[in-house]
Amino acid sequence: MIPTPNLSHLTSADYDSVYEPAEDTYLLLDALEQDAEHLRELHATVCLEVGSGSGCVSSFLGSILGSTALYLCTDINPHACICSFRTGLQNKTFLDVVNTTFAGPFHHRLKNAIDVILFNPPYVPTDREEALNAQSKRYVEGSWAGGKDGMDITDRFLDVVKELLSPRGLFYLVALKQNDIPNIQRRMQDKFGLSSQTVLHRRAGSEHLFILRFQRTS
Amino acid sequence: MVRLITHNLLACHVKGCTSNNFPLEFKDVQVELRDAEFNSDFLRGFIPKIEWKALVDAARQVGNTSLPLELPEMLDDDFLKSLHHVLLEIHVEEGSMTCPNCHHVYPISNGIPNMLLAEHEIG
Repeated sequence: MIPTPNLSHLTSADYDSVYEPAEDTYLLLDALEQDAEHLRELHATVCLEVGSGSGCVSSFLGSILGSTALYLCTDINPHACICSFRTGLQNKTFLDVVNTTFAGPFHHRLKNAIDVILFNPPYVPTDREEALNAQSKRYVEGSWAGGKDGMDITDRFLDVVKELLSPRGLFYLVALKQNDIPNIQRRMQDKFGLSSQTVLHRRAGSEHLFILRFQRTS
Repeated sequence: MVRLITHNLLACHVKGCTSNNFPLEFKDVQVELRDAEFNSDFLRGFIPKIEWKALVDAARQVGNTSLPLELPEMLDDDFLKSLHHVLLEIHVEEGSMTCPNCHHVYPISNGIPNMLLAEHEIG
């Protein structure tokens, strides 16, 4: 049993501007824990979490893989960057955090080089305008408002993730049933040759959440 | 906390800036040193990903001259300890990073590099 990261240093004031870990976060932790052996066998050197928010998930990955990997985190929200960093320290995993969009400035140097990629995107279907506005203003709404079918933000990363993934690398994505999961899986296979599986799924209130794991088709 | 290991992986990502956009040049830096756990397996695994000249130059920009100009063939303990210190224990807390090609400036404040771009700069 890998302990859930200690978040006692974060306050309600932090959660005014940063997404507070919830069912989706914990489902991703459970999926990573279930895959722990598989993840260790990768001998990962570089990990990346896009939209790291509180830093809970990367800290948990750090507890699984230990100090033999580098943990890069990005978030568009500067306050989230600070929270991620502090959560790493609190849980003895150093998180290297950059305030940017997606993999932004890492893309040039880390082509086919990232062993574990994590993305819990803003997946809630909303008005498209609302999603784009929340992203550009760096509000906490940006952590969940996903635009049309909840896929406006996710799609932008799905288009580039293959260029980042190392040959044996794994990409974990949180998705909602309304995101049309069969369509995501088919598209990633046909367009990029990335095969995928549902690692876990769970109903949480009105949300039916899925954790998908993608890898290059061997 | 821009550690030099991270700096070695960051390139300018302004739209259209795709060559000579690495390494970013440190300016006006304030540095803190913090101990990190030594792990020779991690270092050996990471060495193939390092752009060596960029690392040596960045270390000099922040006042560290301990690395050899060429990556040695023999990775002895003394070398790995120097590399460990340069990659993982030097933290740039304040300052900026400038693109050598388009001269875009990325500020570093409270240890967090701001690499957000304006809408028209996004590729």
